[in-house]
Amino acid sequence: MTGFRTLLYKEVLRFWKVSFQTVAAPVLTALLYLLIFSHVLDAQVQVNGVRYTAFLIPGLVIMSVLQNAFANSSSSLIQSKVTGSVVFVLLPPISYVEFFLAYSVAAMLRGLMVGFGVLLATGWLAPLTFVAPGWILVFAVIGGGIMGSLGMIAGIWADKFDQLAGFQNFLIMPLTMLSGVFYSIHSLPPFWQRLSHFNPVFYMIDGFRYGFFGVSDVAPGTSLAVVAASFLAVATTTLALLRSGYKLRY
Amino acid sequence: MGVAVSIQQVVKSFGSLRALDGVSLEIAEGEFFGLLGPNGAGKTTLISCLAGLVRPDQGTLSVMGCDVLADYREARRRLGVVPQELVFDPFFSVRETLRIQSGYFGIRHNDDWIDEILENLDLTAKADVNMRRLSGGMKRRVLVAQALVHKPPVIVLDEPTAGVDVELRQGLWQFVRRLNSEGHTVILTTHYLEEAEALCGRIAMLKQGRVVALDTTGNLLARFSGHTLNLRLKNGAALPDALRARATTSLGALVFRLTGFDEIEPLLAGIRQAGCVIDDLRLTQTDLEDVFVGVMQGVDVGSGAAPR
Repeated sequence: MTGFRTLLYKEVLRFWKVSFQTVAAPVLTALLYLLIFSHVLDAQVQVNGVRYTAFLIPGLVIMSVLQNAFANSSSSLIQSKVTGSVVFVLLPPISYVEFFLAYSVAAMLRGLMVGFGVLLATGWLAPLTFVAPGWILVFAVIGGGIMGSLGMIAGIWADKFDQLAGFQNFLIMPLTMLSGVFYSIHSLPPFWQRLSHFNPVFYMIDGFRYGFFGVSDVAPGTSLAVVAASFLAVATTTLALLRSGYKLRY
Repeated sequence: MGVAVSIQQVVKSFGSLRALDGVSLEIAEGEFFGLLGPNGAGKTTLISCLAGLVRPDQGTLSVMGCDVLADYREARRRLGVVPQELVFDPFFSVRETLRIQSGYFGIRHNDDWIDEILENLDLTAKADVNMRRLSGGMKRRVLVAQALVHKPPVIVLDEPTAGVDVELRQGLWQFVRRLNSEGHTVILTTHYLEEAEALCGRIAMLKQGRVVALDTTGNLLARFSGHTLNLRLKNGAALPDALRARATTSLGALVFRLTGFDEIEPLLAGIRQAGCVIDDLRLTQTDLEDVFVGVMQGVDVGSGAAPR
Protein backbone atom coordinates (compact mmCIF):
# COMPACT_ATOMS: atom_id res chain seq x y z
CA MET A 1 0.00 0.00 0.00
CA THR A 2 2.95 2.35 0.54
CA GLY A 3 3.56 2.30 -3.21
CA PHE A 4 0.01 3.42 -3.91
CA ARG A 5 0.06 6.02 -1.17
CA THR A 6 3.33 7.48 -2.38
CA LEU A 7 2.22 7.61 -6.00
CA LEU A 8 -1.01 9.30 -4.94
CA TYR A 9 0.94 11.76 -2.77
CA LYS A 10 3.32 12.50 -5.62
CA GLU A 11 0.46 13.08 -8.07
CA VAL A 12 -1.30 15.44 -5.67
CA LEU A 13 1.94 17.26 -4.86
CA ARG A 14 2.60 17.61 -8.58
CA PHE A 15 -0.53 19.66 -9.24
CA TRP A 16 -0.48 21.38 -5.86
CA LYS A 17 2.98 22.81 -6.50
CA VAL A 18 1.59 24.58 -9.53
CA SER A 19 -1.84 25.22 -8.04
CA PHE A 20 -2.01 28.73 -9.41
CA GLN A 21 -2.23 27.17 -12.84
CA THR A 22 -4.03 23.93 -11.97
CA VAL A 23 -6.59 25.15 -9.43
CA ALA A 24 -6.84 28.94 -9.37
CA ALA A 25 -6.90 29.42 -13.15
CA PRO A 26 -9.86 27.10 -13.85
CA VAL A 27 -11.77 28.69 -10.96
CA LEU A 28 -11.28 32.09 -12.56
CA THR A 29 -12.40 30.77 -15.96
CA ALA A 30 -15.61 29.40 -14.47
CA LEU A 31 -16.24 32.66 -12.65
CA LEU A 32 -15.88 34.59 -15.91
CA TYR A 33 -18.37 32.29 -17.65
CA LEU A 34 -20.82 32.88 -14.86
CA LEU A 35 -20.44 36.63 -14.76
CA ILE A 36 -20.96 36.95 -18.51
CA PHE A 37 -23.85 34.52 -18.91
CA SER A 38 -25.68 35.69 -15.82
CA HIS A 39 -25.29 39.30 -16.91
CA VAL A 40 -26.87 38.52 -20.28
CA LEU A 41 -29.46 35.95 -19.28
CA ASP A 42 -30.37 36.15 -15.60
CA ALA A 43 -33.24 38.58 -16.09
CA GLN A 44 -34.79 36.71 -19.04
CA VAL A 45 -34.32 33.02 -18.32
CA GLN A 46 -35.57 30.57 -15.74
CA VAL A 47 -34.94 26.81 -15.96
CA ASN A 48 -37.26 24.39 -14.15
CA GLY A 49 -38.38 27.29 -11.99
CA VAL A 50 -34.79 28.17 -11.03
CA ARG A 51 -33.11 31.50 -11.77
CA TYR A 52 -30.61 31.14 -14.61
CA THR A 53 -27.55 32.09 -12.55
CA ALA A 54 -28.45 29.60 -9.86
CA PHE A 55 -29.09 26.96 -12.55
CA LEU A 56 -25.73 27.65 -14.17
CA ILE A 57 -23.58 27.43 -11.02
CA PRO A 58 -23.85 23.65 -10.43
CA GLY A 59 -23.28 23.11 -14.17
CA LEU A 60 -20.06 25.11 -14.05
CA VAL A 61 -18.96 23.35 -10.88
CA ILE A 62 -19.33 19.84 -12.27
CA MET A 63 -17.87 20.86 -15.64
CA SER A 64 -14.80 22.12 -13.81
CA VAL A 65 -14.59 18.88 -11.84
CA LEU A 66 -14.72 16.82 -15.03
CA GLN A 67 -12.35 18.88 -17.16
CA ASN A 68 -9.74 19.21 -14.45
CA ALA A 69 -9.84 15.55 -13.50
CA PHE A 70 -9.19 14.72 -17.14
CA ALA A 71 -6.45 17.33 -17.42
CA ASN A 72 -4.65 16.06 -14.34
CA SER A 73 -4.07 12.42 -15.19
CA SER A 74 -3.60 13.02 -18.90
CA SER A 75 -1.07 15.82 -18.54
CA SER A 76 0.85 14.03 -15.81
CA LEU A 77 1.24 10.91 -17.95
CA ILE A 78 2.10 12.63 -21.20
CA GLN A 79 4.65 14.85 -19.48
CA SER A 80 6.39 11.96 -17.81
CA LYS A 81 6.29 9.96 -21.04
CA VAL A 82 7.72 12.78 -23.14
CA THR A 83 10.45 13.63 -20.61
CA GLY A 84 11.16 9.97 -19.86
CA SER A 85 10.61 10.30 -16.12
CA VAL A 86 7.83 7.71 -16.40
CA VAL A 87 10.57 5.11 -15.72
CA PHE A 88 10.55 6.21 -12.08
CA VAL A 89 7.05 4.76 -11.68
CA LEU A 90 7.64 1.79 -13.98
CA LEU A 91 10.77 0.47 -12.26
CA PRO A 92 9.34 0.06 -8.73
CA PRO A 93 7.12 -2.81 -7.62
CA ILE A 94 3.85 -0.93 -8.14
CA SER A 95 0.98 -3.05 -9.45
CA TYR A 96 -1.19 -1.86 -12.30
CA VAL A 97 -4.17 -1.63 -9.93
CA GLU A 98 -2.23 0.65 -7.56
CA PHE A 99 -1.12 2.66 -10.56
CA PHE A 100 -4.72 3.06 -11.72
CA LEU A 101 -6.03 3.98 -8.29
CA ALA A 102 -3.31 6.53 -7.57
CA TYR A 103 -3.73 8.41 -10.84
CA SER A 104 -7.54 8.33 -10.77
CA VAL A 105 -7.86 9.37 -7.15
CA ALA A 106 -5.37 12.22 -7.63
CA ALA A 107 -7.29 13.37 -10.71
CA MET A 108 -10.54 13.16 -8.78
CA LEU A 109 -9.08 15.19 -5.94
CA ARG A 110 -7.89 17.92 -8.30
CA GLY A 111 -11.36 17.96 -9.91
CA LEU A 112 -13.09 18.19 -6.54
CA MET A 113 -10.72 20.89 -5.37
CA VAL A 114 -11.38 23.02 -8.45
CA GLY A 115 -15.12 22.30 -8.23
CA PHE A 116 -15.19 23.40 -4.61
CA GLY A 117 -13.25 26.52 -5.56
CA VAL A 118 -15.77 27.34 -8.28
CA LEU A 119 -18.61 26.82 -5.84
CA LEU A 120 -17.00 29.18 -3.32
CA ALA A 121 -16.24 31.79 -5.96
CA THR A 122 -19.69 31.76 -7.56
CA GLY A 123 -22.06 30.55 -4.85
CA TRP A 124 -22.66 34.01 -3.40
CA LEU A 125 -23.92 35.35 -6.76
CA ALA A 126 -27.24 33.49 -6.63
CA PRO A 127 -29.45 31.82 -4.03
CA LEU A 128 -28.35 28.16 -4.02
CA THR A 129 -30.09 25.31 -2.26
CA PHE A 130 -28.60 21.94 -1.33
CA VAL A 131 -31.64 19.65 -1.41
CA ALA A 132 -29.74 16.35 -1.55
CA PRO A 133 -26.01 16.77 -0.76
CA GLY A 134 -25.46 13.01 -1.06
CA TRP A 135 -26.27 13.11 -4.79
CA ILE A 136 -23.98 16.11 -5.24
CA LEU A 137 -21.06 14.23 -3.76
CA VAL A 138 -21.78 10.94 -5.54
CA PHE A 139 -21.92 12.50 -9.00
CA ALA A 140 -18.87 14.68 -8.39
CA VAL A 141 -16.81 11.73 -7.16
CA ILE A 142 -17.83 9.25 -9.85
CA GLY A 143 -17.68 11.91 -12.56
CA GLY A 144 -14.16 12.84 -11.45
CA GLY A 145 -13.22 9.16 -11.43
CA ILE A 146 -14.50 8.65 -14.98
CA MET A 147 -12.63 11.63 -16.32
CA GLY A 148 -9.47 10.83 -14.36
CA SER A 149 -9.56 7.35 -15.83
CA LEU A 150 -10.29 8.65 -19.33
CA GLY A 151 -7.37 11.04 -18.88
CA MET A 152 -5.14 8.05 -18.18
CA ILE A 153 -6.26 6.40 -21.42
CA ALA A 154 -5.55 9.60 -23.35
CA GLY A 155 -2.20 10.11 -21.62
CA ILE A 156 -1.13 6.53 -22.28
CA TRP A 157 -2.31 6.59 -25.89
CA ALA A 158 -0.88 9.98 -26.91
CA ASP A 159 2.78 10.11 -27.92
CA LYS A 160 2.85 13.87 -28.35
CA PHE A 161 1.23 16.86 -26.70
CA ASP A 162 -0.79 17.75 -29.80
CA GLN A 163 -2.40 14.30 -29.88
CA LEU A 164 -3.49 14.83 -26.30
CA ALA A 165 -4.75 18.32 -27.15
CA GLY A 166 -6.78 16.76 -29.97
CA PHE A 167 -8.35 14.28 -27.56
CA GLN A 168 -9.13 17.10 -25.15
CA ASN A 169 -10.47 19.62 -27.68
CA PHE A 170 -12.39 17.31 -29.98
CA LEU A 171 -13.80 14.83 -27.49
CA ILE A 172 -13.77 16.04 -23.90
CA MET A 173 -14.70 19.68 -24.59
CA PRO A 174 -17.72 18.94 -26.85
CA LEU A 175 -18.92 16.19 -24.51
CA THR A 176 -18.83 18.51 -21.50
CA MET A 177 -20.05 21.69 -23.23
CA LEU A 178 -22.95 19.97 -25.04
CA SER A 179 -24.25 18.19 -22.00
CA GLY A 180 -26.54 20.70 -20.34
CA VAL A 181 -24.08 22.83 -18.43
CA PHE A 182 -25.59 25.98 -19.89
CA TYR A 183 -29.13 24.82 -20.64
CA SER A 184 -31.76 22.22 -19.84
CA ILE A 185 -31.92 19.69 -22.66
CA HIS A 186 -35.73 20.08 -22.60
CA SER A 187 -35.15 23.37 -24.35
CA LEU A 188 -33.46 21.56 -27.28
CA PRO A 189 -35.16 20.38 -30.51
CA PRO A 190 -36.19 16.68 -30.24
CA PHE A 191 -33.27 15.36 -32.31
CA TRP A 192 -30.65 17.05 -30.13
CA GLN A 193 -32.55 16.03 -27.01
CA ARG A 194 -32.34 12.38 -28.09
CA LEU A 195 -28.68 12.75 -29.01
CA SER A 196 -27.90 14.25 -25.60
CA HIS A 197 -29.15 11.06 -23.99
CA PHE A 198 -26.20 9.24 -25.54
CA ASN A 199 -23.75 11.56 -23.82
CA PRO A 200 -22.80 10.14 -20.42
CA VAL A 201 -21.65 13.60 -19.28
CA PHE A 202 -25.24 14.78 -19.57
CA TYR A 203 -26.22 12.33 -16.79
CA MET A 204 -23.34 13.43 -14.58
CA ILE A 205 -24.44 17.04 -14.83
CA ASP A 206 -28.15 16.34 -14.56
CA GLY A 207 -27.73 14.14 -11.48
CA PHE A 208 -25.31 16.61 -9.89
CA ARG A 209 -27.75 19.47 -10.40
CA TYR A 210 -30.58 17.40 -8.91
CA GLY A 211 -28.64 17.43 -5.64
CA PHE A 212 -28.97 21.21 -5.53
CA PHE A 213 -32.53 21.85 -6.68
CA GLY A 214 -34.32 18.51 -6.45
CA VAL A 215 -35.38 18.83 -10.08
CA SER A 216 -33.74 17.26 -13.13
CA ASP A 217 -34.34 16.21 -16.73
CA VAL A 218 -33.90 12.54 -15.85
CA ALA A 219 -34.55 10.71 -12.57
CA PRO A 220 -31.30 10.79 -10.50
CA GLY A 221 -31.37 7.01 -10.03
CA THR A 222 -31.29 6.55 -13.81
CA SER A 223 -28.43 9.02 -14.09
CA LEU A 224 -26.52 7.18 -11.37
CA ALA A 225 -26.96 3.88 -13.21
CA VAL A 226 -25.63 5.37 -16.45
CA VAL A 227 -22.73 7.11 -14.71
CA ALA A 228 -21.78 4.03 -12.70
CA ALA A 229 -21.88 1.87 -15.84
CA SER A 230 -19.72 4.44 -17.66
CA PHE A 231 -17.23 4.38 -14.82
CA LEU A 232 -17.04 0.60 -14.92
CA ALA A 233 -16.52 0.62 -18.68
CA VAL A 234 -13.78 3.28 -18.61
CA ALA A 235 -12.07 1.81 -15.53
CA THR A 236 -12.06 -1.69 -17.03
CA THR A 237 -10.56 -0.36 -20.25
CA THR A 238 -7.88 1.59 -18.38
CA LEU A 239 -7.00 -1.38 -16.20
CA ALA A 240 -6.76 -3.62 -19.26
CA LEU A 241 -4.41 -1.13 -20.96
CA LEU A 242 -2.22 -0.87 -17.87
CA ARG A 243 -2.16 -4.61 -17.43
CA SER A 244 -1.07 -5.16 -21.02
CA GLY A 245 1.60 -2.48 -20.68
CA TYR A 246 0.26 -0.72 -23.77
CA LYS A 247 2.64 2.09 -24.74
CA LEU A 248 4.25 1.95 -21.31
CA ARG A 249 6.10 -1.36 -21.26
CA TYR A 250 7.23 -2.51 -24.68
CA MET B 1 27.89 -17.74 -4.24
CA GLY B 2 24.36 -17.77 -5.56
CA VAL B 3 23.12 -16.50 -8.88
CA ALA B 4 22.23 -12.80 -8.87
CA VAL B 5 20.93 -12.52 -12.40
CA SER B 6 19.88 -15.29 -14.71
CA ILE B 7 19.02 -14.60 -18.34
CA GLN B 8 17.92 -17.59 -20.41
CA GLN B 9 17.39 -17.60 -24.17
CA VAL B 10 15.88 -14.15 -24.28
CA VAL B 11 14.49 -13.05 -27.64
CA LYS B 12 12.97 -9.65 -28.31
CA SER B 13 11.97 -8.12 -31.64
CA PHE B 14 10.74 -4.64 -32.42
CA GLY B 15 8.96 -5.04 -35.72
CA SER B 16 11.46 -6.61 -38.10
CA LEU B 17 14.42 -5.72 -35.89
CA ARG B 18 15.62 -8.58 -33.72
CA ALA B 19 17.05 -6.61 -30.81
CA LEU B 20 17.86 -9.69 -28.71
CA ASP B 21 18.48 -12.96 -30.46
CA GLY B 22 18.66 -15.66 -27.84
CA VAL B 23 20.76 -14.10 -25.08
CA SER B 24 21.76 -16.26 -22.13
CA LEU B 25 23.87 -15.04 -19.23
CA GLU B 26 24.37 -15.87 -15.60
CA ILE B 27 25.84 -13.37 -13.22
CA ALA B 28 26.90 -14.47 -9.77
CA GLU B 29 26.25 -12.60 -6.55
CA GLY B 30 28.94 -10.05 -5.83
CA GLU B 31 30.23 -9.82 -9.40
CA PHE B 32 31.19 -6.60 -11.13
CA PHE B 33 29.97 -7.46 -14.59
CA GLY B 34 30.44 -5.51 -17.79
CA LEU B 35 28.04 -5.51 -20.71
CA LEU B 36 29.72 -4.11 -23.79
CA GLY B 37 28.76 -3.66 -27.39
CA PRO B 38 28.34 -1.04 -30.06
CA ASN B 39 25.24 1.15 -30.26
CA GLY B 40 22.23 -0.95 -31.18
CA ALA B 41 23.79 -4.20 -29.96
CA GLY B 42 20.92 -4.75 -27.52
CA LYS B 43 22.50 -3.74 -24.20
CA THR B 44 19.76 -1.35 -23.15
CA THR B 45 17.04 -3.70 -24.40
CA LEU B 46 18.52 -6.48 -22.28
CA ILE B 47 18.64 -4.25 -19.22
CA SER B 48 15.08 -3.07 -19.91
CA CYS B 49 13.93 -6.69 -20.03
CA LEU B 50 15.59 -7.29 -16.68
CA ALA B 51 13.89 -4.19 -15.24
CA GLY B 52 10.46 -5.07 -16.61
CA LEU B 53 10.37 -2.05 -18.95
CA VAL B 54 10.44 -4.32 -21.98
CA ARG B 55 8.72 -7.67 -22.18
CA PRO B 56 10.70 -10.40 -23.92
CA ASP B 57 9.05 -12.41 -26.72
CA GLN B 58 10.73 -15.56 -25.45
CA GLY B 59 12.97 -16.62 -22.64
CA THR B 60 13.11 -15.95 -18.92
CA LEU B 61 14.95 -13.53 -16.68
CA SER B 62 15.30 -13.52 -12.94
CA VAL B 63 16.88 -11.32 -10.29
CA MET B 64 18.09 -13.09 -7.13
CA GLY B 65 15.91 -16.04 -8.07
CA CYS B 66 12.74 -13.98 -8.65
CA ASP B 67 11.24 -14.13 -12.11
CA VAL B 68 10.92 -10.60 -13.52
CA LEU B 69 7.40 -11.24 -14.86
CA ALA B 70 5.77 -13.83 -12.61
CA ASP B 71 7.29 -12.45 -9.43
CA TYR B 72 7.85 -8.88 -10.59
CA ARG B 73 7.40 -7.23 -7.20
CA GLU B 74 10.14 -9.23 -5.54
CA ALA B 75 12.38 -8.99 -8.60
CA ARG B 76 12.07 -5.20 -8.79
CA ARG B 77 12.75 -4.81 -5.05
CA ARG B 78 16.07 -6.50 -5.63
CA LEU B 79 17.09 -4.40 -8.61
CA GLY B 80 18.25 -0.81 -8.88
CA VAL B 81 18.56 0.65 -12.35
CA VAL B 82 20.35 3.84 -13.35
CA PRO B 83 18.80 4.66 -16.72
CA GLN B 84 20.87 5.87 -19.61
CA GLU B 85 18.78 8.95 -20.40
CA LEU B 86 19.19 11.97 -18.16
CA VAL B 87 15.60 12.03 -16.90
CA PHE B 88 14.14 13.86 -13.91
CA ASP B 89 10.84 15.03 -12.51
CA PRO B 90 10.93 18.83 -12.65
CA PHE B 91 8.36 19.32 -9.89
CA PHE B 92 10.48 18.12 -6.99
CA SER B 93 13.66 18.82 -5.04
CA VAL B 94 16.41 16.22 -4.74
CA ARG B 95 15.25 15.10 -1.30
CA GLU B 96 11.60 14.94 -2.34
CA THR B 97 12.59 12.90 -5.37
CA LEU B 98 14.45 10.39 -3.19
CA ARG B 99 11.71 10.21 -0.56
CA ILE B 100 9.11 9.57 -3.23
CA GLN B 101 11.28 6.94 -4.88
CA SER B 102 11.68 5.22 -1.48
CA GLY B 103 7.91 5.21 -1.05
CA TYR B 104 7.43 3.56 -4.43
CA PHE B 105 9.51 0.70 -3.11
CA GLY B 106 7.41 0.51 0.03
CA ILE B 107 9.96 2.22 2.28
CA ARG B 108 8.94 5.02 4.61
CA HIS B 109 11.17 7.09 6.89
CA ASN B 110 14.24 6.44 4.77
CA ASP B 111 16.06 9.67 5.57
CA ASP B 112 19.09 8.14 7.26
CA TRP B 113 19.95 6.12 4.19
CA ILE B 114 19.03 9.00 1.88
CA ASP B 115 21.44 11.26 3.79
CA GLU B 116 24.17 8.67 3.45
CA ILE B 117 23.64 8.35 -0.31
CA LEU B 118 23.56 12.14 -0.70
CA GLU B 119 26.83 12.45 1.15
CA ASN B 120 28.54 9.71 -0.84
CA LEU B 121 27.45 11.26 -4.11
CA ASP B 122 28.40 14.76 -2.94
CA LEU B 123 24.81 15.93 -3.17
CA THR B 124 24.19 17.03 0.40
CA ALA B 125 24.42 20.73 -0.47
CA LYS B 126 21.86 20.23 -3.24
CA ALA B 127 19.34 18.25 -1.19
CA ASP B 128 16.68 20.96 -1.18
CA VAL B 129 17.34 22.30 -4.66
CA ASN B 130 14.75 21.70 -7.37
CA MET B 131 15.80 19.13 -9.95
CA ARG B 132 15.46 21.68 -12.74
CA ARG B 133 18.23 23.82 -11.26
CA LEU B 134 20.83 21.07 -11.21
CA SER B 135 23.59 20.71 -13.78
CA GLY B 136 23.71 17.61 -15.98
CA GLY B 137 26.32 15.94 -13.83
CA MET B 138 24.30 16.59 -10.67
CA LYS B 139 21.18 15.17 -12.28
CA ARG B 140 23.18 12.08 -13.17
CA ARG B 141 24.14 11.69 -9.52
CA VAL B 142 20.52 11.93 -8.47
CA LEU B 143 19.69 9.15 -10.93
CA VAL B 144 22.29 6.99 -9.23
CA ALA B 145 20.86 7.92 -5.83
CA GLN B 146 17.34 7.04 -6.98
CA ALA B 147 18.50 3.59 -8.01
CA LEU B 148 19.94 2.99 -4.55
CA VAL B 149 17.15 4.18 -2.22
CA HIS B 150 15.89 0.64 -1.64
CA LYS B 151 19.37 -0.86 -1.13
CA PRO B 152 19.02 -3.29 -4.02
CA PRO B 153 21.37 -6.29 -4.01
CA VAL B 154 21.72 -5.93 -7.79
CA ILE B 155 22.62 -2.56 -9.32
CA VAL B 156 22.52 -1.89 -13.05
CA LEU B 157 24.27 1.17 -14.42
CA ASP B 158 23.44 1.85 -18.05
CA GLU B 159 26.22 4.11 -19.34
CA PRO B 160 26.34 6.14 -16.13
CA THR B 161 29.38 8.20 -17.11
CA ALA B 162 28.25 9.37 -20.55
CA GLY B 163 28.84 13.12 -20.60
CA VAL B 164 30.11 13.24 -17.05
CA ASP B 165 33.22 15.12 -15.92
CA VAL B 166 36.31 13.37 -14.63
CA GLU B 167 35.76 14.30 -11.00
CA LEU B 168 32.29 12.82 -10.85
CA ARG B 169 33.41 9.76 -12.74
CA GLN B 170 36.12 9.08 -10.17
CA GLY B 171 33.76 9.71 -7.26
CA LEU B 172 31.06 7.56 -8.78
CA TRP B 173 33.38 4.62 -9.36
CA GLN B 174 34.74 4.88 -5.86
CA PHE B 175 31.20 4.66 -4.49
CA VAL B 176 30.13 1.87 -6.81
CA ARG B 177 33.29 -0.09 -5.99
CA ARG B 178 32.49 0.26 -2.32
CA LEU B 179 28.95 -0.99 -2.88
CA ASN B 180 30.40 -3.91 -4.83
CA SER B 181 32.85 -4.72 -2.05
CA GLU B 182 29.96 -4.67 0.41
CA GLY B 183 28.32 -7.45 -1.58
CA HIS B 184 26.19 -5.68 -4.17
CA THR B 185 26.25 -7.19 -7.61
CA VAL B 186 27.00 -4.52 -10.19
CA ILE B 187 26.20 -4.67 -13.90
CA LEU B 188 27.71 -1.93 -16.00
CA THR B 189 27.30 -0.94 -19.60
CA THR B 190 29.69 1.65 -20.87
CA HIS B 191 31.32 2.99 -23.99
CA TYR B 192 34.49 3.74 -22.06
CA LEU B 193 36.37 0.50 -22.43
CA GLU B 194 39.14 1.51 -20.07
CA GLU B 195 36.48 1.83 -17.36
CA ALA B 196 35.22 -1.66 -18.04
CA GLU B 197 38.77 -2.99 -18.08
CA ALA B 198 39.57 -1.36 -14.75
CA LEU B 199 36.33 -2.23 -12.97
CA CYS B 200 34.73 -5.39 -14.34
CA GLY B 201 35.73 -8.84 -13.27
CA ARG B 202 33.83 -10.44 -16.12
CA ILE B 203 32.59 -9.10 -19.42
CA ALA B 204 30.01 -10.04 -22.00
CA MET B 205 30.15 -8.50 -25.44
CA LEU B 206 26.97 -8.13 -27.40
CA LYS B 207 26.67 -7.76 -31.14
CA GLN B 208 23.40 -7.62 -33.03
CA GLY B 209 21.48 -9.09 -30.12
CA ARG B 210 23.84 -11.99 -29.46
CA VAL B 211 26.54 -12.66 -26.89
CA VAL B 212 29.72 -12.91 -28.94
CA ALA B 213 32.21 -13.04 -26.07
CA LEU B 214 31.84 -13.93 -22.42
CA ASP B 215 34.77 -14.37 -20.09
CA THR B 216 36.73 -12.83 -17.27
CA THR B 217 38.39 -9.58 -18.23
CA GLY B 218 41.81 -11.15 -17.69
CA ASN B 219 41.07 -14.09 -19.96
CA LEU B 220 39.66 -11.88 -22.67
CA LEU B 221 42.79 -9.78 -22.65
CA ALA B 222 45.06 -12.82 -22.55
CA ARG B 223 43.27 -14.77 -25.23
CA PHE B 224 43.38 -12.01 -27.70
CA SER B 225 47.16 -12.11 -28.04
CA GLY B 226 49.70 -10.26 -25.99
CA HIS B 227 51.14 -7.18 -27.62
CA THR B 228 51.17 -4.96 -30.62
CA LEU B 229 54.16 -3.34 -32.25
CA ASN B 230 53.52 0.05 -33.86
CA LEU B 231 56.08 1.20 -36.40
CA ARG B 232 56.60 4.24 -38.50
CA LEU B 233 59.16 4.09 -41.32
CA LYS B 234 61.33 6.97 -42.45
CA ASN B 235 60.27 8.69 -45.68
CA GLY B 236 57.32 6.36 -46.00
CA ALA B 237 59.58 3.55 -47.24
CA ALA B 238 57.80 0.44 -48.45
CA LEU B 239 58.12 -2.94 -46.73
CA PRO B 240 58.71 -6.16 -48.62
CA ASP B 241 55.44 -7.94 -49.36
CA ALA B 242 56.06 -10.77 -46.89
CA LEU B 243 56.23 -8.34 -43.98
CA ARG B 244 53.58 -6.01 -45.38
CA ALA B 245 51.04 -8.85 -45.32
CA ARG B 246 51.45 -9.30 -41.56
CA ALA B 247 50.73 -5.67 -40.71
CA THR B 248 47.66 -3.53 -40.57
CA THR B 249 47.84 0.24 -40.79
CA SER B 250 46.43 2.64 -38.28
CA LEU B 251 46.85 6.42 -38.60
CA GLY B 252 49.80 5.97 -40.98
CA ALA B 253 51.62 3.55 -38.67
CA LEU B 254 52.16 -0.17 -39.27
CA VAL B 255 50.67 -2.37 -36.59
CA PHE B 256 51.95 -5.91 -35.97
CA ARG B 257 50.07 -8.16 -33.58
CA LEU B 258 52.44 -10.33 -31.57
CA THR B 259 51.83 -13.40 -29.49
CA GLY B 260 55.27 -13.29 -27.88
CA PHE B 261 58.35 -11.16 -27.56
CA ASP B 262 60.40 -13.69 -29.56
CA GLU B 263 58.69 -12.44 -32.70
CA ILE B 264 60.21 -8.99 -32.38
CA GLU B 265 63.80 -9.78 -33.27
CA PRO B 266 63.11 -11.56 -36.64
CA LEU B 267 60.66 -8.80 -37.53
CA LEU B 268 63.19 -6.03 -36.97
CA ALA B 269 65.86 -8.05 -38.81
CA GLY B 270 63.51 -8.36 -41.81
CA ILE B 271 62.98 -4.62 -41.84
CA ARG B 272 66.69 -3.92 -41.67
CA GLN B 273 67.43 -6.35 -44.50
CA ALA B 274 64.87 -4.58 -46.66
CA GLY B 275 66.83 -1.38 -46.14
CA CYS B 276 64.08 0.42 -44.28
CA VAL B 277 64.85 2.85 -41.48
CA ILE B 278 62.57 3.03 -38.46
CA ASP B 279 61.39 6.50 -37.51
CA ASP B 280 59.24 5.66 -34.50
CA LEU B 281 58.51 2.44 -32.60
CA ARG B 282 56.10 1.60 -29.81
CA LEU B 283 55.33 -1.67 -28.09
CA THR B 284 51.91 -1.73 -26.43
CA GLN B 285 49.98 -4.27 -24.44
CA THR B 286 46.63 -5.37 -25.79
CA ASP B 287 43.83 -3.50 -24.08
CA LEU B 288 40.13 -4.08 -24.03
CA GLU B 289 39.70 -1.84 -27.01
CA ASP B 290 41.77 -4.21 -29.16
CA VAL B 291 39.70 -7.13 -27.89
CA PHE B 292 36.50 -5.24 -28.53
CA VAL B 293 37.48 -4.31 -32.08
CA GLY B 294 38.62 -7.85 -32.74
CA VAL B 295 35.40 -9.35 -31.42
CA MET B 296 33.22 -6.96 -33.35
CA GLN B 297 35.16 -7.81 -36.51
CA GLY B 298 34.26 -11.43 -35.98
CA VAL B 299 37.33 -12.91 -34.32
CA ASP B 300 36.24 -15.67 -31.98
CA VAL B 301 37.66 -15.13 -28.53
CA GLY B 302 35.01 -16.77 -26.43
CA SER B 303 35.80 -20.38 -27.28
CA GLY B 304 39.17 -20.61 -25.63
CA ALA B 305 41.19 -20.64 -28.86
CA ALA B 306 44.05 -18.17 -29.07
CA PRO B 307 43.53 -16.23 -32.28
CA ARG B 308 46.39 -14.42 -34.01
